[in-house]
Amino acid sequence: MQAAHRLDAIFAALADPTRRAIIARLAAGQASVNELAEPFAMSQPAISKHLKVLERAGLISRSQDAQRRPRRLEAKRLEEADKWLERYRQLWEANYQRLDALLDTLKTQVKERKPS
Amino acid sequence: MKHALKITPSGDRDLVMTRAFDAPRKLVYDAHTKPELVRQWLLGPPGWTMPVCEMDVRVGGTYRWEWKSERDGTTMGMGGVYREVKAPERLVSTEKFDEAWYPGESLNTLVLTEKGGRTTLTQTMRYESAAAREAVIKSGMEKGVAVSYDRLEDVLATATTTR
Repeated sequence: MQAAHRLDAIFAALADPTRRAIIARLAAGQASVNELAEPFAMSQPAISKHLKVLERAGLISRSQDAQRRPRRLEAKRLEEADKWLERYRQLWEANYQRLDALLDTLKTQVKERKPS
Repeated sequence: MKHALKITPSGDRDLVMTRAFDAPRKLVYDAHTKPELVRQWLLGPPGWTMPVCEMDVRVGGTYRWEWKSERDGTTMGMGGVYREVKAPERLVSTEKFDEAWYPGESLNTLVLTEKGGRTTLTQTMRYESAAAREAVIKSGMEKGVAVSYDRLEDVLATATTTR
């Protein structure tokens, strides 16, 4: 998959709370579909559908254990999505830190105008 | 750092930023709607200034922002139209860069809530498509923002837990 499309698939996959919970569970270690379905009030086919989305995004993979076919987290993919967002976040954080300083100044000015 | 900024993708084409400020929302709103205040903080990477900041904040009014790099003179401009203006809590506007590196324009919704003298800002940016959103996020990296690469915390936490 092209890098751009892959990132898109990752974000789409992470937009769903059930899928984020599955990711959190797999962060603790690999698990079978049954084990993953357990905490949710959801049928196994419903969980399988979510797993397919995560798999397509490259966020999880299946181990070759023929019987259980446990899923495991592909941490590298998650980091990739995180890295993009982090740079974007830093750009805005710089703006908002300046805004913090400006708001402090404005608050002081308001106080000075309104003698208490 | 005073408060953490969170940015999360939402749905298939939204980006949502949230951050708290230790100030009443009237001031935070002013800082987003008065040009003389906006140009003091909305600067992006270090070394950039904002020589053009024109804003006609009313429904149907337009705004025009331009930045300039003090180092090499590069300029960057964008603008849009105000769609909803509800001081001091809500501001909806369109946004389009002159040399857009992503298709279409985005619709930005700023919502301010205040509690106990602290204001929470929620800025939702809705892009034309999932591909457009992605191009925006990527640009943050390609422009090589000169900031130290601290250990990431909240974004990963948000992505991996359902708080």
